[in-house]
Amino acid sequence: MRTAIRLLTAASFAATLGFASSASAYTVYVSNEKDNTISIIDSTTLKVTDTIAVGQRPRGILLTNDGKYLLICASDDDTVQVFDVETKQVIRELPSGPDPELFVLHPSGNPLYIANEDDNLVTVVDIVDNKVLAEIPVGVEPEGMGISPDGKVLVNTSETTNMAHFIDTATNEIFDNLLVDSRPRFAEFNQDGEKLWVTSEIGGTVAVIDAKTRKMITKISFEVPGVQPEAIQPVGLRVTKDGSRAFVALGPSNRVAVINGETHEVEKYLLVGQRVWQLAFTPDEKMLFTSNGVSNDISVIDTEKLRVIKSIGVGRFPWGVAISKE
Amino acid sequence: MISITKVAKPAVRPADETALRDDTSSPGSGCSAALRKLLSALAFSALLTPATLHSAAAQDSQEVSIAYLSQIVERPPKLSNLDIPPEDEGLAGGLLSIKDNNTTGRFMKQAYTLKHVEVPADGDVLAAFDALRAEGLQHIVLNVPADALLQMADRAKGEEVMLFNAGARDDRLRSADCRANVLHITPSRAMLADALAQFLAWKRWRNWFLVIGRRDGDALFGDAIKRAAKRFGAKIVAEKRWDYGPDARRTAQSEVPAFTQDADYDVLIVADEIGEFGEYLAYRTWDPRPIAGTQGLTPTTWHRTHEQWGAAQLQSRFLKTNGRFMAPLDYHVWAAIRAIGEGATRTQSTAFSDIQNYIRGDDFELAGFKGQKLTFRAWNGQLRQPILLTAARALVSASPQQGFLHERSLLDTMGLDAPESECRFE
Repeated sequence: MRTAIRLLTAASFAATLGFASSASAYTVYVSNEKDNTISIIDSTTLKVTDTIAVGQRPRGILLTNDGKYLLICASDDDTVQVFDVETKQVIRELPSGPDPELFVLHPSGNPLYIANEDDNLVTVVDIVDNKVLAEIPVGVEPEGMGISPDGKVLVNTSETTNMAHFIDTATNEIFDNLLVDSRPRFAEFNQDGEKLWVTSEIGGTVAVIDAKTRKMITKISFEVPGVQPEAIQPVGLRVTKDGSRAFVALGPSNRVAVINGETHEVEKYLLVGQRVWQLAFTPDEKMLFTSNGVSNDISVIDTEKLRVIKSIGVGRFPWGVAISKE
Repeated sequence: MISITKVAKPAVRPADETALRDDTSSPGSGCSAALRKLLSALAFSALLTPATLHSAAAQDSQEVSIAYLSQIVERPPKLSNLDIPPEDEGLAGGLLSIKDNNTTGRFMKQAYTLKHVEVPADGDVLAAFDALRAEGLQHIVLNVPADALLQMADRAKGEEVMLFNAGARDDRLRSADCRANVLHITPSRAMLADALAQFLAWKRWRNWFLVIGRRDGDALFGDAIKRAAKRFGAKIVAEKRWDYGPDARRTAQSEVPAFTQDADYDVLIVADEIGEFGEYLAYRTWDPRPIAGTQGLTPTTWHRTHEQWGAAQLQSRFLKTNGRFMAPLDYHVWAAIRAIGEGATRTQSTAFSDIQNYIRGDDFELAGFKGQKLTFRAWNGQLRQPILLTAARALVSASPQQGFLHERSLLDTMGLDAPESECRFE
């Protein structure tokens, strides 16, 4: 009965906001770290349509450029699984190196760059030929992975070394390092390739870096009234295609910060679920989905109104979010 | 696979240390001679690793030399063959930290080395300390008793030497007996007791039966528990000294019920730091009551069940290297050496004063797998850190608990806060 009412509310809510009529239907994938499953959400109804068992401790997930496969870091199985979105089955595994956590695809769609936390390596994998092309030694506990839009520069952040490592994708060698605040978790380039954003979880800051000179432009701090400073822990980050805004997940402060892409000022804090971790835009950037690890749900943010419009219950410890291109 | 012969010229002179280690007779440590030899060989080969790494990178790198000096005066009694205390406890954490620092050091052209000296219980630990200073070692991590630590601090006064206390939990070192050249990585007894008290207050288990063992440390832990009771609104409804001798295995079933009779309490708190009798109290109390303190629900800095906040990664790196779980002492030595590493990395300098100024400055932050940055208290040099509350095979909670507020940092609700500490650095 209660579910029925909730469904009704959700449906009317979605209808009011116009998603049902105007927006395309995207498929949202969420990895549930402690349930060893992937939840599949329909972006029109904002309902979970399926829950699929996958490998152990699924964390980072992404869709291949052709949209046919979801790649899943099954950390405790030491592998990256290839999930066919059509048949909803894991069809093969990629050689990933131990304990894969996060990864990024080359803009051309291949190769895949994987952070291996346990071995201080970035593994470069050809996802068509299913083979390891290179292993790049980096700092202690590599995690964040960003790649420049032209595919020439790969950035890896190492959590205990506290650096952003700049890697030349032609040679697979580090050509520069930049110290950032403690426990850098995530790296993302602007679409124009000018800026690089790096979040520092324990440092509580976001570094905005000039991607060309590799110098720090500014360091953004956060302050939420009534929230202990130590609870503000930036993790996932996404920048809009036009670079006008960045959204940062602030972990156990249960907030997503909205940052002006030009001035780097914080415009707003949005209250979401507990321990907000990773973020993903729908391709039209009208909605932002956040994984909330402790409250076991997904918050959906309307990016125009800057409002949280819905929370969707998923599995235990939702970690990664990926959204289909159409 | 141990291949000692492969390494030709170790730079850390392991011969002396191995000799010291072999002399260290640990009565009742439970290892057969063969196992002890193996452990010693393991430690020996482990010691060489950073030196070897270092020699490869030495040409163009600046060096940070760190010492780890330990003297274990009282080893836990051998009450069962359950847990054999690892011979390299502390050292293994130090070596992992050196490895972590060297991975970062590759990018900074900095190289870290560790010299370990273990002094037997009846050995001259001050002489060993003087020898390290004479060799020019400036960052010295210590696992020694409080009195020895104070003498060392006084000997090194005015020199460019910083001491990192990884083992002595005495509150007085953070209060009247504090020293400006000592930073405390290990929490004080007051911090541990407060961490436990906050959890018990949250549970509303306010009436405590306190059992104190016969050793000095037990009395001090008992004092910390009494202080914590006052701070967090609990009441010690009964206090007894455990005087039944060193081995209660066969007698506990008859002794403990009588010992715990005639009191109305919520939780029995035991102060038995060395582990003589505390494990034998559970299930044997007159009334069915939980046990907490040095046994039962235990406040600690590190535990094998701790996997939150990225800790799984440190656990797995440690386990892979050492074939055993990380112990609290390993974590303390690891954190001390990481703090030194942060100092060198952030200032991009290996100069003692640069490293020190950074560690003691406002910008210092250490990511220690505790969900928030670890920093030092300016008033007594104590590292602030969340405290885990653990059962044998489960992490029960982590303090500070919600609702205990502080103007500066919630972590300062545990241990000696600025107004309470009698520490005044000259």
